[in-house]
Amino acid sequence: MDLRDSPAEAGFRARFRAWLAENNPGLPVSSADDEYWARQAEWHTALYDAGFFGLSWPSRFGGHDLPPVFDVILDEELAAAGAPPRPSLGYLVQGISTHASDAIKDRFLPGLISGRERWCQGFSEPDAGSDLAALRTTATLDGDEYVIHGHKIWTSYSDVADWCFLLARTDPGVPKHKGLSAFAVPMRQPGIEQRPLRMINGITTEFGQVLFDGARVAAGNMIGEPGEGWRVAMTIVSHEREPGELGYVARYAKAVKELEQAVRADPDAFRNDQRDAVAWAYVQAEMLRLHVCRRLSERLDRLDHGPGGSIDKLLMTWVEQTVGAAALAVAGSRAVVDAGDVALKVYLYSRAQSVMGGTSQIQKNIIATRILGLPAA
Amino acid sequence: MDARDTPEQAELRRTARQLARQLGPRTVADLDDGKRSKRLAEAVRDAGWLELRHDGGDGAPLASGVEAAIIADALGEAVADVAFAGPVLAAELARRAGATPNDGAVVGFSPDLIDAAVVSGPATTTPVYAIDCATESLEAAYVLVPDGAGYRLAQVQVDGARDGADLTRTIRPIPAGAPLRAVAGQSRVLTRADLDSWATLGLALTSADLIGITRGVLDLTVAYAKERRQYGVPIGTFQAVQHLLAEARCLMEGAFSIALQASWAVDDLGPDEARNAGRVAKAYCARAARTACETAVQVHGGMGNTWDCIVHVYLRRALLASQWFGDDGEQLRQLQRTRLGAADGPS
Repeated sequence: MDLRDSPAEAGFRARFRAWLAENNPGLPVSSADDEYWARQAEWHTALYDAGFFGLSWPSRFGGHDLPPVFDVILDEELAAAGAPPRPSLGYLVQGISTHASDAIKDRFLPGLISGRERWCQGFSEPDAGSDLAALRTTATLDGDEYVIHGHKIWTSYSDVADWCFLLARTDPGVPKHKGLSAFAVPMRQPGIEQRPLRMINGITTEFGQVLFDGARVAAGNMIGEPGEGWRVAMTIVSHEREPGELGYVARYAKAVKELEQAVRADPDAFRNDQRDAVAWAYVQAEMLRLHVCRRLSERLDRLDHGPGGSIDKLLMTWVEQTVGAAALAVAGSRAVVDAGDVALKVYLYSRAQSVMGGTSQIQKNIIATRILGLPAA
Repeated sequence: MDARDTPEQAELRRTARQLARQLGPRTVADLDDGKRSKRLAEAVRDAGWLELRHDGGDGAPLASGVEAAIIADALGEAVADVAFAGPVLAAELARRAGATPNDGAVVGFSPDLIDAAVVSGPATTTPVYAIDCATESLEAAYVLVPDGAGYRLAQVQVDGARDGADLTRTIRPIPAGAPLRAVAGQSRVLTRADLDSWATLGLALTSADLIGITRGVLDLTVAYAKERRQYGVPIGTFQAVQHLLAEARCLMEGAFSIALQASWAVDDLGPDEARNAGRVAKAYCARAARTACETAVQVHGGMGNTWDCIVHVYLRRALLASQWFGDDGEQLRQLQRTRLGAADGPS
């Protein structure tokens, strides 16, 4: 074990730090302000064009063929500079890389990674949340196209997306897990209606509902084989649960740094329990940084699509909710007298982390049965 | 940047776990089996593990903090009733002071068990606690004597009776009034930086011990949940039980990840950064182990609350490992001071 930067890592860190000093867009907190999402695309393409995104992905698709731990450096430097986190789309890259044909990979991965083509993910439905395989959206073959009918919900950034990674039922005559297929569906076409959702902290640009009513997708845009949709979805959600894939370490470390600065400006103005909350949030954020460093180091041995993501998801959830609680504690009455207070919004948003990407209850079921080997309930 | 074990470290981890499982206690009654515990002590000594922090010839220790933590983790997992961290921490101080190593020595701690005891006069004026003494040999406990801007080592005789909550490691209180004796061959004065690095080793070893305890008690409890039947099915079938165990498993993984840095920091980061790494690790590991042990008592039900069920041996060991070098509350207090500029209030 050696947590020091290798010469190549140190060189990368120095280059990135220098670039960041000139190019930090100074966006507001992602979970608290709609402006963030309005400008996130610029940030994605700026990072990519400067050679600082998609580090561990194949150069054939616009990546840099670097070891996965380079993302740890990226996250550390983003947090230290107070810059926005890297775009969270590694799980879609993993899904396409693992299951799609070479033609689909060549067509879609470069645009996904560069940010030139924007994506959303159409999995959940109003009646298929934790029980994802119960989804009812249908894709019916009509010539060389599938026609889509159904209602998706929690589709993040669907309003700005060019493509939807859609999970739909293609065979209603087989058991529910076996009749699903995955598609890359173009979003800019008739037969698609967007309905934004307002979250409890007031933001409106992140989550939406998408209604498909006769939208069409070429049969060649299927990702994986017909009926392979459940396996594709499980690959995606296992990585969607990994903070290393999401880049959230930078988000939490930045938030903790700002809380520490606020307290350090006048430590005696805060009670001991408020300072303790910040110190504990720092411990939690450090845990996640080091946990991601360990997980990305382990990828040098092999890439695992297994249930370990559920452990990482719970750890990440505890970190986000600890940081959110610390922000609320430090804000004190400010968060209650001002509905626009950032700490209030960060705290309220943090409650969603134990639901999105699979609830904490689902993660615990997975850990209990698939990692601890306890009998299924 | 690579958080994986080297092949040698992975081999040491396997060997240490195997030895600790083989010779550690399986039941509470095993704790009274003197033949077994003697074999365990001999095996630890013969493996050279007590000498890891001896001078390798160039002032640097024979093995790094990572190797020492790997062994502490394995011994914690098996609640191995053998002295390890105590003698290793004494050897660390002796090496830094340039003194001749003394395998029978441990460190005498202040009554809060957080710092090495500091003594200014010819004899101790408060009780000093010798932690993790080998049961066999006659021991000396090192204490610190102010010397200019730093400290030199002196020793007091350990003669108190065995005591303490932990049934696997001894604490021997040495009453006030113990006369100080010289420690031979000291060639260096211990600086503040020396003591910070030494404390980092203490934080790393106690954190590793806590991770081992967490893993050991969780394995035991998961196995029990698969066996124990109520309502005609194993209790591990119930989500209420499953979720407690799943949470403990997550805490164990997080604790392992955060403590890796602390064990590496002992030899590879400067004293301030290293101690910070030790503090965050200890704060997390102390809470994780406490939660996992309490979960284990709960899942074992009524039996978990009896003396003959081994679960309390883990919990008791975690209580000492937590307090030694400061528990989670103490670490947060220190982080408040170093990172938030809070005043250094009473501990």
